[in-house]
Amino acid sequence: MKFGSLLANHDISFDVEEGSITGLIGPNGAGKTTLFNCISGAYKPTAGKVLFAGSDITGWPPYRVARLGAVRTFQVVRPLNDMSVFDNVLVGAFLRERDLTSALDVAECSLRLCHLEDYRDKLAGNLTIGLKKRLELARALATQPKLLMLDEVMAGLSGAELKEAMELLKEIKAQGVTLLVVEHVMEALMPIADKVVVLDGGVKIAEGPPREIVESERVIAAYLGEKFSRRLKELKELKT
Amino acid sequence: MRHRQSGFGLGCTIFGILAILPLIPGPLQGPFAKHVLVMVLLFASMSQAWNLLGGYCGQVSFGHSVFFGIGAYGAGMAVVKYGLTPWPGALLGAIIASIVSLVISYPCFRLKGHYFAIATFAIVEIFNRLFMVWYWVGGALGLDYPIIEEGWRNFMWYETKTPYYYGAFALFVLVFSTARWIERHRIGYYMRAVRDGQEAAESLGVNSPQVKLTAMAISAFLAALCGAFFVQYNLRVDPPMVMSLDMSMRFVLITILGGLGTLWGPLLGAAVLIPLQEYTRAIWGGLGGGVDLIIFGLLIIVIVIRQPRGLMGFVSWVVGHRARARGRG
Repeated sequence: MKFGSLLANHDISFDVEEGSITGLIGPNGAGKTTLFNCISGAYKPTAGKVLFAGSDITGWPPYRVARLGAVRTFQVVRPLNDMSVFDNVLVGAFLRERDLTSALDVAECSLRLCHLEDYRDKLAGNLTIGLKKRLELARALATQPKLLMLDEVMAGLSGAELKEAMELLKEIKAQGVTLLVVEHVMEALMPIADKVVVLDGGVKIAEGPPREIVESERVIAAYLGEKFSRRLKELKELKT
Repeated sequence: MRHRQSGFGLGCTIFGILAILPLIPGPLQGPFAKHVLVMVLLFASMSQAWNLLGGYCGQVSFGHSVFFGIGAYGAGMAVVKYGLTPWPGALLGAIIASIVSLVISYPCFRLKGHYFAIATFAIVEIFNRLFMVWYWVGGALGLDYPIIEEGWRNFMWYETKTPYYYGAFALFVLVFSTARWIERHRIGYYMRAVRDGQEAAESLGVNSPQVKLTAMAISAFLAALCGAFFVQYNLRVDPPMVMSLDMSMRFVLITILGGLGTLWGPLLGAAVLIPLQEYTRAIWGGLGGGVDLIIFGLLIIVIVIRQPRGLMGFVSWVVGHRARARGRG
């Protein structure tokens, strides 16, 4: 993907295994969100292909990508401000459920899963940023996606909330949803990821299980740093 | 589901009250009062038709007088040129208005925000001029109704306004029921989603061009039906009567006054503006032609500053206030 002469994503190629959690990390400006935009259809890539569930979805408009089952959240949250929290989630639920009654059930379910029941009748625009992030997740979840693409949903969460969010992602995975997760909060991502892809300056510099990634010299130099890498290595649950 | 059904009883109550209104003896019995009631119901319906696109879907159109006019000419042509009843003309006019709206808005919806509104301004002018010089539809002279048998078949009455009231009431029930159905249906949620954030909506699988076109077609269809009623009520039509920016503005302003994107906003807006318009006109005659608009302009300024959600905003504030007070007591 090129913007004028700026190469935002160059020759990035990786697979996301069905039913896995794939982490996408890298320093600011590495091209993570651009990559998301290319996959979800917000941008039309200047070269390369996006394959999903057996179809070539390169350059499809976002709504078609979503209908096929690949749904994303936005890093800069986009709540439907003048609608209630519940109605926001309901819009997501209508993707798979055509009639109101079953859509209400699905919306109710993902609202509860994301612990938003207390805010159901509030206008989405009046939520705090943390709750808006959760709303993004609840809304995407309500579409019953095959692939859920999360763009920094855990940013700014406190310790306890982080634990909750990690449990939630694991539960979503257990329900058979594939996850592609952009995240800066390594302590949260590394323990749950099956695989991590690292971008830097628009190119892929590493790909592998978390244990390998935290030990990779290149990733330490580009992003993690010595001190932080040591801390991550101490985490026991990293997959190898 | 509890909050899904709320408002249903209110709707039935409002319909019920409006249904018996002409039977209540008292000041509402005079022909002028009845005329005002007919106009309130008509303009409430028109504004609701506009509200479907402008309020729920967020696409502000100043072109709705065109669809209104096409509906009026549909019924007018059927009666004046072809000697038929107005019914097939009204239906055909509504269908043509829908098609025209789609042809117009397909390119215009590529324009975002204000640019869409500006484009619709131009369309009113184009259609006004076109109908002015179009000999087949009567040109600048318009269409004058012949004197034919009165009754529901021809939808015209000379001596009484009561049937017109019930005609307007039927139109009102049709338009408001449609709006209420859409509001609780998938398409209604999608329309609001497109209004509040097109990108977010599309990320959830909403085909926003299609949603906007659907809203436009329904809105134009209903506006055209209102136009057909209007011509039957006035028994004549010419281009400035129906296809004018002035008429377009009424669709917009009544809805903004009442409350954009709310079910009962258009009725509230019309119930305030129309009596104001008709009574100032009756009192000051030709001299007072602009007085209603001056007052109306002031009202709009107050509303926009104090309560952007319109009169419905005030109503829900008062209701909420009382509910809170009851909760405490």
